[in-house]
Amino acid sequence: MDLTILILQGIIVAATPLLFAAIGELVVEKSGVLNLGVEGMMIVGAIAGFAMTIESGSHLLGLVAAATAGAATAAIFAVLTQFLMSNQVATGLALTIFGLGVSALWGQGYSGQSTAPLARLHIPVISDLPIVGPLLFSHDILVYLSVALVVGVAWFLNRTRAGLILRAVGESHSSAHAIGYPVVKVRFLALLFGGACAGLGGAYLSLVQTPLWVEDMTAGRGWIALAIVVFATWKPGRAFAGAYLFGGVTVLQLHAQGFGVGIDAQYLSMLPYVTTVVVLVIISRDKARVSLNAPACLGKPFYASS
Amino acid sequence: MENNAVALLELRGISKRFPGVLANDAVTFSVGHGEIHALLGENGAGKSTLVKMIYGVMRPDEGDMMLGGAHYAPARPSEARSHGVGMVFQHFSLFEALTVAENVALGMEREAASGDLNQKIIDISKAYGLPLDPTRYVGALSVGERQRVEIVRCLLQNPRLLIMDEPTSVLTPQETELLFDTLRALAREGCSILYISHKLEEIRALCESATVLRGGRVVATCDPRNETAKSLAEMMIGSELAAPPARDTVPGEVRLAVNGLTRASDDPFGVDLKDIGFEVRAGEILGIAGVAGNGQEELMAALIGESRSEQAATIVVDGTPVGCDGPTVRRAQGMCFVPEERLGHGAVPDMSLWENTLVSARTRMGLSINGFLKNGSAQAFATQVVAAFKVKTSGIEHSAASLSGGNLQKFIVGREVLQAPGVLIAAQPTWGVDAGAAADIHQALHDLMKKGTAILVISQDLDELMAISTRFAVIANGRLSTPRPVGEVSIEEIGLLMGGVHSDAVPASEAAHA
Repeated sequence: MDLTILILQGIIVAATPLLFAAIGELVVEKSGVLNLGVEGMMIVGAIAGFAMTIESGSHLLGLVAAATAGAATAAIFAVLTQFLMSNQVATGLALTIFGLGVSALWGQGYSGQSTAPLARLHIPVISDLPIVGPLLFSHDILVYLSVALVVGVAWFLNRTRAGLILRAVGESHSSAHAIGYPVVKVRFLALLFGGACAGLGGAYLSLVQTPLWVEDMTAGRGWIALAIVVFATWKPGRAFAGAYLFGGVTVLQLHAQGFGVGIDAQYLSMLPYVTTVVVLVIISRDKARVSLNAPACLGKPFYASS
Repeated sequence: MENNAVALLELRGISKRFPGVLANDAVTFSVGHGEIHALLGENGAGKSTLVKMIYGVMRPDEGDMMLGGAHYAPARPSEARSHGVGMVFQHFSLFEALTVAENVALGMEREAASGDLNQKIIDISKAYGLPLDPTRYVGALSVGERQRVEIVRCLLQNPRLLIMDEPTSVLTPQETELLFDTLRALAREGCSILYISHKLEEIRALCESATVLRGGRVVATCDPRNETAKSLAEMMIGSELAAPPARDTVPGEVRLAVNGLTRASDDPFGVDLKDIGFEVRAGEILGIAGVAGNGQEELMAALIGESRSEQAATIVVDGTPVGCDGPTVRRAQGMCFVPEERLGHGAVPDMSLWENTLVSARTRMGLSINGFLKNGSAQAFATQVVAAFKVKTSGIEHSAASLSGGNLQKFIVGREVLQAPGVLIAAQPTWGVDAGAAADIHQALHDLMKKGTAILVISQDLDELMAISTRFAVIANGRLSTPRPVGEVSIEEIGLLMGGVHSDAVPASEAAHA
């Protein structure tokens, strides 16, 4: 039983950074922008959060720094693609390379240092309940924040006027412009939100998962987050399922390796990625559903004059 | 009470420049209270630019606007809306993946969109005879239904001035009459209407005054009720119109035969084709009329080969069954197509004109060899099309999207006609095209028919079908009526054919709210 709880806790820890990055990118893509720089924004958030926590001794300041750094990185992308009309795909790829490089530079002095992991909440009585307590009520604040974000984003997109405007901008920017909505402003704000979320996801890695700084520590999670958004057909609830599926398979295969299952470790390591690809393919089979949710203007440049 | 001596909207010397073009040159006119005012002009005459400035999408470079006697310079559409100016766009400003209610909410101010919007939509659409289901996705609606969404959106805001940009180009005669009743009722309530259309008869029937634009300038102001359609058209294009061609050909052998074509629609909201059968002979034009969304799209897809049949014999071209083949094989057999949607279906918007010839003329004009494109031949062919059909463009290097609607349509029709097809299939060949271009396209179809091509025209414009077809049929709810010679069918009969099955086809959504 203890092992089961340990595995389940591990899944939550593995899924949370993906969930942050994916939910942020979901909002960005719903506004019609394809930002492939998630990996770059995550790693910048990871080093900013780690460095600030070391320097100030405050996890809260560290998280604020991570979100700010992620948003600032996204702002570079926003200025380039929304005002200077650069190609979104190329700019996003460049942003990832830029983020990896700049984080390695800033992180030079922090390699090998360690910090106390972000404290876990301890709620009297509830946290001490058997099974449910350790499973649901004794995590760090970010786990709860990530779940709240999923609910909040779903509510925002489907129940608020601002969310409707954001979806409208992603569906047809020329129609939105003709009716009089500020396409560029909406997209800029969505990008900043996506950057802040990716930054928090990165900080989760450097402050909770492995509370130390290692170069390239995001290890492709930004790309997985991008895949999860598609896998989720741009729906927050499904993004949650996707993040936990990937996190779950990651943790399970690690434990399988630990138990010495008679399959080569390399194949087991592939498993999370293979699962993601297979599920993506299965989900994409229902074309009607995908086309109803996919933002029609995704990745297309918007020129206000037309 | 507002002073009726002062016009509701007054434009004084409005000018707008785009790089290389003077779109509006010192335009001056006024619209009175409760007046239905027509804005007439060919495609590219500057009408759309002008109304975009009135609606706040663009700002004029020079000139003043007055609304209700006060200075009026909207910086954005929401400001125009708050002044009581509503607009129904020519290219709909709708979002396909959102519902009707969400689309309506987006076009309104926050306060107006609150409350039970669904009920408001149902109420106003009933009051003005524009049935709409607020929970349906716009992507599943026909073109005519989409326009209703735009109109209802404007009406919900109690406008003082309603701008209608070519509203009837997609409507049936019955729908048009309904719309006119709506507009007349609005005008009686004191709402002014600025009405843009190419259909001169409609302007004569509806409007009390008209401003004619040519090349961005006001060339005439008149009372259209005292003019003839011909005189209006001449003001608009500045030259005499050719009379409609006479029908003096004798049909030859059967070139296109469709037998027992039954097909379920790919679109969950589409219409299934039910046992469609007809023949088109050399030297005749078969016109297919029908209310939007009664299977025209599905029939077009089946004829083009975008949706294929299991039985080759359902579609026979010059004796060869092609029902199972794709468009390329059908083209090789002598079929050419003019689809309804110009940008995106008939032409690739971001490709140049000459590249667009490769899209459909590659097979028949030999524009490729062993998988390599013959760019020189393609350019020569494009030049030929532009010259033969008087397409106004600054060069074949320019993108298809840069052409105005009428010019692009002339280019697409020309591209197909010059391939000398045995069978030509055209859907809405003059949709949103000005009178001059429409006459050119009709003339081209007529000439092609005389050369022995079998032509099928699917259109919602009855006047067009009456003017050019030799035989005539109606599609309703996926079934086709028996084709009959044009002279033998009365307008009343056609109305019955279209309307009779129409009441069968639509109530699914209406009944739910009755």
